[in-house]
Amino acid sequence: MTDQKIEDRSQESGNRRRIKVLIAKPGLDGHDKGAKVVCQLLRNSGMEVIYSGLHASVSYIVKAAVEEDVDVVGLSIHSGVHKEVCEKIILKLKEAGYDGFVVLGGVVPKSDENELKKLGIKAVFRLDTPHEEIVNTIKNIVMEKVG
Amino acid sequence: MSEENTKKVSLESGIEVKPVYTQEDAKSADIGRPGEFPFTRGIHPLMYRKQPWTMRQYAGFGTPQQTNERFKFLINHGQNALNVAFDLPTQMGLDSDSDEALAEVGRVGMSVNTLNDLEEALSGIPLDKISVSLTINATAPILVAMFFLVAKKQGLKPENIRGTAQNDILKEFIGRGAWIFPVEPSVKIVTDIIEYSCRNYPKYNPVSICGYHVRESGATPAQEIGYAFEIAKCYLERSLQRNLKADDVAGRFSFNFNVYGNLWEQVTKFRAGRRLWAKIIKNEFKAADEKSMLLRMIAGGGGSGLTIQEPENNIIRGAYYALAGALGGTQTMALCCFDEAYTIPSEKASLLSLRTMQILADEVGLCDTVDPLAGSYFVEALTDEMEKKIRESMSEIQSMGGIIKSINEGNLQRKLSAQAYNYERKIRSGETPKVAVNKYVKNDSCTEQKDIQVYQTDKKEIEAQLKRLNKLKSERSSNSVNKALDYLKKSCEQDQNIMPSITDAVSSMATVGEITSAIKSVYGGFKEPHF
Repeated sequence: MTDQKIEDRSQESGNRRRIKVLIAKPGLDGHDKGAKVVCQLLRNSGMEVIYSGLHASVSYIVKAAVEEDVDVVGLSIHSGVHKEVCEKIILKLKEAGYDGFVVLGGVVPKSDENELKKLGIKAVFRLDTPHEEIVNTIKNIVMEKVG
Repeated sequence: MSEENTKKVSLESGIEVKPVYTQEDAKSADIGRPGEFPFTRGIHPLMYRKQPWTMRQYAGFGTPQQTNERFKFLINHGQNALNVAFDLPTQMGLDSDSDEALAEVGRVGMSVNTLNDLEEALSGIPLDKISVSLTINATAPILVAMFFLVAKKQGLKPENIRGTAQNDILKEFIGRGAWIFPVEPSVKIVTDIIEYSCRNYPKYNPVSICGYHVRESGATPAQEIGYAFEIAKCYLERSLQRNLKADDVAGRFSFNFNVYGNLWEQVTKFRAGRRLWAKIIKNEFKAADEKSMLLRMIAGGGGSGLTIQEPENNIIRGAYYALAGALGGTQTMALCCFDEAYTIPSEKASLLSLRTMQILADEVGLCDTVDPLAGSYFVEALTDEMEKKIRESMSEIQSMGGIIKSINEGNLQRKLSAQAYNYERKIRSGETPKVAVNKYVKNDSCTEQKDIQVYQTDKKEIEAQLKRLNKLKSERSSNSVNKALDYLKKSCEQDQNIMPSITDAVSSMATVGEITSAIKSVYGGFKEPHF
């Protein structure tokens, strides 16, 4: 999928808004350089981005995702607790009726990816993921849903 | 080929490097002798010829007992100082049994709930001989109080204890993010520790100002030094308001700086930084004692320079960063380990970092003579240029209304995030070369390394830590805990130095979480500016 197709669709439907993303820093980890770089990257790619700030609670993330009706929640975790935190957040998002996608970025071993995908993480971005891939992956998963 | 046709070389700090330097470029160099003002060549007359730099790898994980074993492993392999890593709950003022601690207990550092934990972590380590650096900030008053109580239990006098508390909260707001209270009360607490140490712990360094994390957040090398100086000046000014003199305080400050990127830029930022700091302390703060003017520092091989691709290359990078630190005349050194783009370091990776520094100090001659680069046309010219750039970066902070305002309004964080984004783009585009990342990249795209040991917390150990906490809570006198916490709240409300009341609370076996909650009930929490 290309940028062009998303734009075309928005013109067709007339009311398809820009892709909206919540970038969230759950838990206690304070490493926010990556999250903020991704915020800027997605904004520069035309998406609307909300940033949670550091130490966001699970309930804050769920509330923001639902109330802001974001297409994608991007979690950033660098301290190694991604499995536990993702599991908890995905469960609470489901309970709240959130029907968008959750992606993860940070220091995440490849060996954890299968398990994370089983939990419901749609994509994992690591330190070596090219910027275009982050942007395109998000566009693609949103496009697939829009159909 | 004429000079005009060569490719332009620009350093991150915005200095252009000429292909050739001559005597003309270095004629104004204000270098003097090592150990003499303005200390460009080093803070001691004989530097490493008398004593090599201190080696202080950052270590800590799991329980106090597990960490104690790692400390002893490092000491048995020749490390002569410790740098303690605490887990995030300890850094954020939460106990191991808190809901918010969620899976973080013992993850990125050691878990400490009470005095007993720190005592166990330091058991068998003579605190008057091994200098211990506590990497702790928002909860620093609690850990510093614990540290001196442990020393007392070891039968040592506080006046003989060496060591350092990081205790630099302003950089936590800029990068690293382990803040709890709002900016103003946070700075008040930093000053409490500085004041209390100056009056009671004469050999202790109560603060280590961290350009390191400012650099990791997107600052250039010149900004790293300049912003750290603005932070240090803020703490110094606050300390002077407590009836202390510049000569009582300035000599107790230490700095933590980063090393990655261009070798010459790193070496000269240290030389220029030493010179500028000496001038600031002498001219602006009117210190008389030359010891107050010394920029004492640890150089840390920077995590941002290391890559997830071909992680073994990080061993080589670490060696060059160590070389830059030594050529720059650092007092202490630590290196990020080669596996840190994946995990907290394994024992093997920690040992490799220590060996890297030992080889440099003992095998290849880095300790033979003081400041071996002195007098190089290029190095002296670049040192002069760096000093100008550091001054410019200090003016940037002043034009944002000072360090506290720029942080409170979020302007400094936004500026550095924008720079970090641009830096990332230059790496991704190949404009800034990075081997095996954007140059000479191997075709197989899988970067996962099977031989890297990803750290897993030992669940049994963590359960034991929780049991220990529960046991302690049931055995201690809740009456004396409550009394101590009330006294602490009162001293917060009455704007007194909180160190005496925190020491009481720690002695009563109040936990890190309870003490933090008491302080927070008075000071509130920090609200991050919008990004």
